[in-house]
Amino acid sequence: MISPWKTPSGMSRRHFMNHLAGSSAAASAALTMGGAIAANAEEMRRNRKSAIMLWMGGGPPTIDMWDLKPGAPTGGPFQPISTTGDMQICEHLPMVAKQMHNLSIVRSMSTREADHNRGRYYMHTGFVPNPNIEHPSYGAVVAHELMSQRPELEIPPFVTIGGASAGPGFLGMAWSPFAVTSSGRIRNLDMKLDGMRLRQRMAALQEIESGFANRTRDLPAGEHGKVLKKTFDLMTSSQMEAFRVEKEDEKTKERYGTNGFGQGCLLARRLVEGGVPFIEVDLGGWDLHNNVHQTLADTKLPQLDKAMSALVEDLEQRGLLQDTAIIWMGEFGRTPRINQNAGRDHWARSWSCVVGGAGIQGGLAVGETSSDGTAVESEPFSSEDLMATVCKGLGISLDTTFMSKNRRPMKIANGGKVISELVA
Amino acid sequence: MAPKSIFLSRLTRSLGGLVILMVAFASVARAQSVVPPQIAMINDAIEQGWADYEITPAKEADDAVWCRRVFLDIIGRIPSLEEQQEFAADRGGDRRAKLVDRLLHDDRYTEEYANHWATVWSNLLIGRGGGMDRRDLTDRNGMMKYLRDSFAENKSYDRMVYELVTAEGATKPGAPGFNGAVNFLVGKVNEEKAVLAASSVSRIFLGQQVQCTQCHNHPFNDWKQQKFWEFNSFFRQTRALRRFVDGTRDVEYAELVSEDYAGEAGDPNDALVFYEMRNGLTRVAYPVFTDGTEISKSGFVDDVNRRQELGRLMMDSQSLDRMAINRYWSMFLGYGFTKPIDDMGPHNNPTHPELLDDLSNAFRGSSYNLKDLITWITLSRPYSLAPVLGSNNQIDDPSIGETPKFSRFYLRQMSAEQLYQSLVSASGGSATGTYEQQEKKRREWLRQFVVTFGTDEGDEATTFDGSIPQALMLFNGELTQNATSTKPGSFLDRLSQSGKSTRDRLNLLYKAGLSRQPTKREVALAGELYRARGGKEIEMLQDVWWAILNSNEFIMQH
Repeated sequence: MISPWKTPSGMSRRHFMNHLAGSSAAASAALTMGGAIAANAEEMRRNRKSAIMLWMGGGPPTIDMWDLKPGAPTGGPFQPISTTGDMQICEHLPMVAKQMHNLSIVRSMSTREADHNRGRYYMHTGFVPNPNIEHPSYGAVVAHELMSQRPELEIPPFVTIGGASAGPGFLGMAWSPFAVTSSGRIRNLDMKLDGMRLRQRMAALQEIESGFANRTRDLPAGEHGKVLKKTFDLMTSSQMEAFRVEKEDEKTKERYGTNGFGQGCLLARRLVEGGVPFIEVDLGGWDLHNNVHQTLADTKLPQLDKAMSALVEDLEQRGLLQDTAIIWMGEFGRTPRINQNAGRDHWARSWSCVVGGAGIQGGLAVGETSSDGTAVESEPFSSEDLMATVCKGLGISLDTTFMSKNRRPMKIANGGKVISELVA
Repeated sequence: MAPKSIFLSRLTRSLGGLVILMVAFASVARAQSVVPPQIAMINDAIEQGWADYEITPAKEADDAVWCRRVFLDIIGRIPSLEEQQEFAADRGGDRRAKLVDRLLHDDRYTEEYANHWATVWSNLLIGRGGGMDRRDLTDRNGMMKYLRDSFAENKSYDRMVYELVTAEGATKPGAPGFNGAVNFLVGKVNEEKAVLAASSVSRIFLGQQVQCTQCHNHPFNDWKQQKFWEFNSFFRQTRALRRFVDGTRDVEYAELVSEDYAGEAGDPNDALVFYEMRNGLTRVAYPVFTDGTEISKSGFVDDVNRRQELGRLMMDSQSLDRMAINRYWSMFLGYGFTKPIDDMGPHNNPTHPELLDDLSNAFRGSSYNLKDLITWITLSRPYSLAPVLGSNNQIDDPSIGETPKFSRFYLRQMSAEQLYQSLVSASGGSATGTYEQQEKKRREWLRQFVVTFGTDEGDEATTFDGSIPQALMLFNGELTQNATSTKPGSFLDRLSQSGKSTRDRLNLLYKAGLSRQPTKREVALAGELYRARGGKEIEMLQDVWWAILNSNEFIMQH
């Protein structure tokens, strides 16, 4: 049969084959460069840093958890207990108490955003929301900065488990959080096509993409192409094994807690081992305007206690804690005053976050609040300061500057100052 | 003078004033001489902005691209090949106006129009996750039914808002006293003193963001904490009641009712609420509208139904008109006159203040006819421009924080719902099954992209944002598999039996997905694919169709 096609000038068969080769280059890069990478892999793995954020969506009542005020009218019914660190915490966190030599509490967080959306944005980025610019979130920044340590990574460098995290802002869609549930199962992963044919389709797709971008001149250069490439890599990568949390033994699953957050923390550990630089695990339901103490004692704190302590313990036992930063926080704290519904409302002026791992000193309580918890009585710290501290702990230079889309330079962590007690 | 204009001017002479306007209106095209006043108003104001900034707009989008654009915006999906051909076959200068008129008023599109806008508004009113959870009092079907009926009969915008704000009755279709409009507020009144009801109504319909003022005075606008609790007081007679399945504790549906309210001091004749200021002092609030209008302090429903009073006051408020205009403009043009669109007021200057005012007045003047408003916007010049950022309008780039000048059509990604309908339509016309079955399937598919934040306010995000989960879905998902199926009766099967030649069929494929012809290079690539598939044409078409459906050009509204 005679082909109905004529090849126009500039489009030879060789050209077509180049297209195909181009799109498969990603997948074979690891093979062609294999030797060199393998030699360096051990070295790299030894030095590579990661971070796990435990995000408490809704705003956790930190006055009932990390900075108790027993006896004060604002104190609530919980009693403090001793820990392995130089501080006391809530009696409903007994297992975490045994890990506090690895973790430090910043008790003098003082921020200004007490609305969920604004607080979530601010705590994730170090910037207050601005309608004209989208700032990159923690995950995007850390993944962006740490990627050079893992050229072999084929799975997304920023994974969020059980939540949405916050976006990549001007760093671009390639640094978006990859959202999965705690089961680690990923939809639509099956390629129901042989690899060669998929590559050929990718070549045809690439042609449509570049034509459209050239005609409209409006799309961030190659953004969609980068996402397509990452998607292609991920579909064909053996590193996806890291998501298969079901392969963990029952005892381990039990230790983390057989609920979404527990399994999410376990999945986070697997992803750290798999080379993912930033993982967020979400535990929602902290917006406790009603009945705060009973909810904490019955469900929230036991769940957190198990999963958080298991994660820190497990990372330490595997020798990973020294390279893995842990960040525990929500969008704000909750009012010291207990309202008429036995709840606590939004409160950003004086609250706590918890950090540890990587280069961050554990066992300390930094800063203090007044006897009723309503005011910070030492140097106040902001989202920027906490972010700068975590970045320093991860070995990311605080001189790093990003260029926003409108070509304004932006300092990493919005120029926050490092909390000196926590990192050397 | 062009023949068409002669025809129209002859008509003008032979008919009375009002009729002329209507006729001219229904047949307007780009012929400047007969542009209805509202469209001229838009064009003049936007063109003035170009002159002020010394920029030259992009050229007009070609007809096929514009056709795809209005189909997506008005009925929520791309046009079929047949529909594109019907449009192309009309050689009259007024064919764009005729197409808009068809999409808005022809019976064959009523259902799709109503369904598309009901979906858009459901997402606004109750979120993508609203009514998706079994424990949720909101009934998504009830919300959709109310909105579909409203858009099908082209209910005026003000009436729809009044009904949503004042509704009483049952949530679930078929329940006694069913009133689907109650689903907007039924999940927002029982918790936290109806804070969510107050903040949603003021944000969605009046463009005023007040959620932070429940705790403190707003830092940027003139909303004070007092004002929040006064506004909130309008919702305090309202309760959502659970109705149980007989003899069980299973909630069958919910009912939104107005009950006598005793106030927080226990005196229904003086039904006040308390709020606490940041300095610890307690203050008192009664229902007062945003413009300072007070209503009776009684909490007895027989004396005063507070939500009905609120509804009436909102009808007189200019904020109602301005918010509607800002929202509809942004839905069609990609950006509103303010950013964000639902935070309006003296603290947030609009980019085109006069146009915003004039359009608001015109909308009120048309008795809040949404189809008129859609006609004005879609037939305006800014809506007709090509999506090209050129050297003459380089500064018109809102994505980097510049104010929009509307000198080009801004690219934006389709919504998940638009993509779904487009893929269903692209896989061979209408979906199968009853409305309920189709809707269930669609909802299951949409659910995969919704992520909630775990707050009481039901905040949510979508992963349908151009990132990897979306790409995976388009690469491998069931919808793509159906759309690229070669089974007998499928789109590709039927396509492969039409047309004169392989080249002809390839052209049709590009037309169907992208409303354009393939380029030379694309044709050549298809030729290579044809050979790679061993001369099996339908497999080549399948590969190309897959590539088209996965391209930015397909996913973008452009």
